[in-house]
Amino acid sequence: MLNPISAPRTSADVPLLQAIGITKLYGTFKANDAIDLDLYPREIHALLGENGAGKSTLVKAMYGLIQPSAGELRWMGEKIELTGPSDARARGIAMVFQHFSLFDNLTVAENVALGLDGKESFAAMSARLAQFSQDYGLPLDPKREVWRLSVGERQRIEIVRALMQNPKLLILDEPTAVLTPQEADQLFVVLDRLRSEGKALLYISHKLDEVKRLCDTATILRAGKKVATCNPRQETAASLARMMVGADIGEVKATTVHATTVPRLVIRDLSLEPDDPHGVRLQNISVEVLGGEILGIAGVAGNGQDELFAALSGERFSPAEGNIVIDGEAAGLLSVTARRKLGAAFVPEERLGHGTAPRMRLSENALLTGHAASGMVKRGFIDRPATLSMVDRTTKTFDVRKAKRDPEAVSLSGGNLQKFVVGREILREPIVLVVSQPTWGVDAGAAAVIRQALIDLSSRGTAVLVISQDLDELAEIADRIAVMFHGRLSEPLPRAQATREKLGLLMGGASASQPSAQIERSHAVGA
Amino acid sequence: MGLLEAIILSVISASTPLLLAASGELVVERSGVLNLGVEGMMIMGAACGFAGAYLTGSTLIGALSGMAAGAALASVFALLTLGLAVNQVATGLALTILGIGLSGLIGAGFVGQRITPSPNLSLPVLTGIPFVGQILFGQNAFVYVSIALVIGIWYFLYRTRGGLILRAVGDNHTSAHALGYPVLKIRLLAVLFGGACAGLAGAFLPLAYTPFFIPGMTAGRGWIALALVVFASWRPARLVGGAYLFGAVTILQLHAQALGLGIPSQLMSSLPYLATVIVLVLISRARSTAGSAAPASLGLVFVPDR
Amino acid sequence: MQLVLERRAERSAFIAIASPLIAIALTLVTMAALFALLGKNPLYALYVYFIQPLTDSYTLQEIAVKATPLVMIGVGLSLCYIANVWNIGAEGQFTIGAVCGSWLAVHTNGSGAGYWVLPAMLLLGAVGGALYALIPALCKVRFGASEILTSLMLVYVADLFMDYLVRGPWRDPHGLNFPTTADFDPVATVPTLIEGSRLHAGAIGALIFVMLATVMLGRTIKGFEIRVVGAAPRAARFSGFNSNQLVIFTFLVSGALAGLAGIIEVAGPIGHLQPGISPGYGFTAIIVAFLGRLNPVGILIAGLFLALTFIGGEGAQISLKVPLDLTKVFQGILLFYVLACDSLIVYRIRLISTLRKPAHGIA
Repeated sequence: MLNPISAPRTSADVPLLQAIGITKLYGTFKANDAIDLDLYPREIHALLGENGAGKSTLVKAMYGLIQPSAGELRWMGEKIELTGPSDARARGIAMVFQHFSLFDNLTVAENVALGLDGKESFAAMSARLAQFSQDYGLPLDPKREVWRLSVGERQRIEIVRALMQNPKLLILDEPTAVLTPQEADQLFVVLDRLRSEGKALLYISHKLDEVKRLCDTATILRAGKKVATCNPRQETAASLARMMVGADIGEVKATTVHATTVPRLVIRDLSLEPDDPHGVRLQNISVEVLGGEILGIAGVAGNGQDELFAALSGERFSPAEGNIVIDGEAAGLLSVTARRKLGAAFVPEERLGHGTAPRMRLSENALLTGHAASGMVKRGFIDRPATLSMVDRTTKTFDVRKAKRDPEAVSLSGGNLQKFVVGREILREPIVLVVSQPTWGVDAGAAAVIRQALIDLSSRGTAVLVISQDLDELAEIADRIAVMFHGRLSEPLPRAQATREKLGLLMGGASASQPSAQIERSHAVGA
Repeated sequence: MGLLEAIILSVISASTPLLLAASGELVVERSGVLNLGVEGMMIMGAACGFAGAYLTGSTLIGALSGMAAGAALASVFALLTLGLAVNQVATGLALTILGIGLSGLIGAGFVGQRITPSPNLSLPVLTGIPFVGQILFGQNAFVYVSIALVIGIWYFLYRTRGGLILRAVGDNHTSAHALGYPVLKIRLLAVLFGGACAGLAGAFLPLAYTPFFIPGMTAGRGWIALALVVFASWRPARLVGGAYLFGAVTILQLHAQALGLGIPSQLMSSLPYLATVIVLVLISRARSTAGSAAPASLGLVFVPDR
Repeated sequence: MQLVLERRAERSAFIAIASPLIAIALTLVTMAALFALLGKNPLYALYVYFIQPLTDSYTLQEIAVKATPLVMIGVGLSLCYIANVWNIGAEGQFTIGAVCGSWLAVHTNGSGAGYWVLPAMLLLGAVGGALYALIPALCKVRFGASEILTSLMLVYVADLFMDYLVRGPWRDPHGLNFPTTADFDPVATVPTLIEGSRLHAGAIGALIFVMLATVMLGRTIKGFEIRVVGAAPRAARFSGFNSNQLVIFTFLVSGALAGLAGIIEVAGPIGHLQPGISPGYGFTAIIVAFLGRLNPVGILIAGLFLALTFIGGEGAQISLKVPLDLTKVFQGILLFYVLACDSLIVYRIRLISTLRKPAHGIA
């Protein structure tokens, strides 16, 4: 466990970075509303808030990526105006983004060089890179191209790149979203060390137990405003959550209906080569999803989830028709449309661009999946009133908030669009639903609606398969949980037996019998 | 001079405009921009280059005029695609149509005129060496510039920080922007550079290849230059090979026609174009198994968040 | 202060309608300046280009004659461009369609064949154009080769092929050595609509295709597939639409329309096959497609407008001594302005201050 030893702050300490009254407007939308924040050295300061609260906007302003509409920043007591990220870096502010700013086709060393200011030669920088990565226990091969690396390894590049600037302030945006629990622990060791070296850290997260473990102070944002600053160790997870969301979010009601014994979705010995050289090969995946149950598939992104989804939906054909069985029909070689006609429905991870056509209206997006079997197409002609009525029904049933009756998909907020995308499938009363990352980037209210809808659907006899990186979510809704790693699927565990630790080990590559020391070693080599 | 030496010299000549134009376009595409207007910029370079040389008597001024014309046309392209986020394919086509029309207008007054062609290098002893002398030391300035250009581009892309940044922008403009690099400014410079190269390539035709101007004298070379960039997998070293290969096809079919083999001249004339199609197919097929080598943000629109 | 581009929340409906008009207005201003630079009276030059052709019934018919191939090809191209597939080779498909249809005309010339000849020629023209367009389509779908470059290279090949035919095997033996086939028989000629004019039935055909395309794009599932494949390819795949099949479909349709336009042009106004059957219809149709906002009715209007400029250009060549190239310049500039104005449907330009406002309220 971590031993946070930080000297108590005296009143004489000047904050390293102060945000005073920071406001940011996008049109009439206030992403940040007069936010005050003080960051001190030798402190890990958490920035808490649910998706859409304004955390990313605030730190982008602190890093010079965007200009606040009002308010000021003070660095070591002196007012500053950042002209851009290089200005921020020059002062000693470094940032590790949630969405990595990496270049897939360039090497690790080239990526690091691009994140620095180029005043030293490439050779000198490479030597320093090797030194840093060894010092901090973040192994990296400078000559490797980034597309070959795992998500955890890519994050190491971002962190080493930030550390090599010798920053005084390090900002981390949701760093553990893409890590296994064990990798997260390793990260905390590094952060702890940085704190004791005298750096200030700003840690953005919505994961409350992490924040309680790691952070000394927490500032909570809600709808663009600062709600409170507190000591997270003196709060409970529930009190923090209430401050984040503003009210008690209703607990998701688990179903009392038990699963049937009829397997409605069967994957049998599925092996599939990726169609993209950067993809993951699926290997002998076998699992059954019973009618009336929710099967969760956990795993860090990049372990074959996309490939599995494509094989299930029909966007990619399986090698044999028997690889995928939907309600007793061999479907491995059926098209997406044919699978929908069998009663299957799908919700992909990316709602804009994959689940919907962003610049098309909701009625057209309803047609996107509805043309197969929902009576919207008659003899080749589109029945427009039918598509509009689907939009209306989805809006009503799932409380989709939008500016007009039939707007473009891109104009909806993340949570509302996700409710539409999930809702249009659920309203078809499918017998099988496959959904990937159902509440990624969605506000807590919408997330609760979606999760409840999935539970209700399964209680009506549908087989629901949920692929998710969020272990908390799976703990909440899944009856059984399996883990994907390097294209393989583990044996599903019943929810009661699927502890965080066990799942974390599986996500990191252990088989049920592999001792953890072996995993540590394989990580250290930087495979 | 033997037949082989004459053929090699004419192949080098025929390949030079392709190499010049393709080199410039390679840099443009490496920054993530697809400029299909190469043919338009080349023909403008030809018209303005000839006009400049005819009016001042200096082929150097002619070459510079050609480059300026190419860059000017490229700046209009940049205004639309970088400034207004317009679709790059449509804009490139518009550029070609405009360039062809404008060059006809400008060149109209110069049709039928002749100028002294750009001189070939002549070194005291070296040029006299049999066979290689002329090939290595007796070439036109344009030829040496084209080789120096390719080497310079290779050095820039792979050995300088500026080149690294350019490649990064072409790989992922979102990441480059997040790191604080001025994506649009870098692309603008690349596009202007490409325009100047295309203009220079076009100017070569009336200034050195044939010392007069005919409307439409580029005859599709700009399009072949675009294909060459794909053929070279966006790498300068392979570009040289590709350009000389196409130059060879062009020259050899002319010689084959002269041999009177009974094959219709139109079929021979269509060989360079058919070769382009075949080469594109083969390259794309080979690449589909290994993964695309194209810069990942090629042709994608970039509008920065504020 | 800085000018920046910002995405709009929703497409601007006003600009969507006003954009072509603004673009035309800007082009006229630019052209006026160009005329002045060439030493011609700008207002008179604009009159000759745009108004004069509308004053004479003969030139009005000529406008319709020139607009027919532009509209037909443009409608076909719009399907491709909506699907984000770039058929640049319409000029070549036009030529091959003309060649395929002419084959029948040349081989039945003087043989007293019946009325089946013309419909068969039209069919051959459409099929020939479609098959020629299939080549770049297959290269793209099977091999991933850029359809822009392949379709364009084939334009040069088609041109050279036709040149070979009319100078060689198909040359009219009684034609005094001109590179042209013999005049087509009456049964191989497209009937005219008005006695003694060049306005022919092809114009009706063009109108029919405009109507069919409007219905298909707006109301059918096929039209929806084409739109989604172009707008969001990954969503199209998720939707169950096969983008490869659609690429082939749009290429076949646009090739067929271009080929049909080609044989109609040859069997109608021209009357025989010769080099130079097209003053660049295949390329001008690209501009027509964009000016018409990839919408069939818009293409009809745009086609008529650009045909007007072709006729105007011919008139200007005579009365103003202005080279025909000026028409190309006009078309290029017009396309630039159309693209620029269209960008404003999706984006807006804003002037932002790089200075920051002072903080108000210190907590």
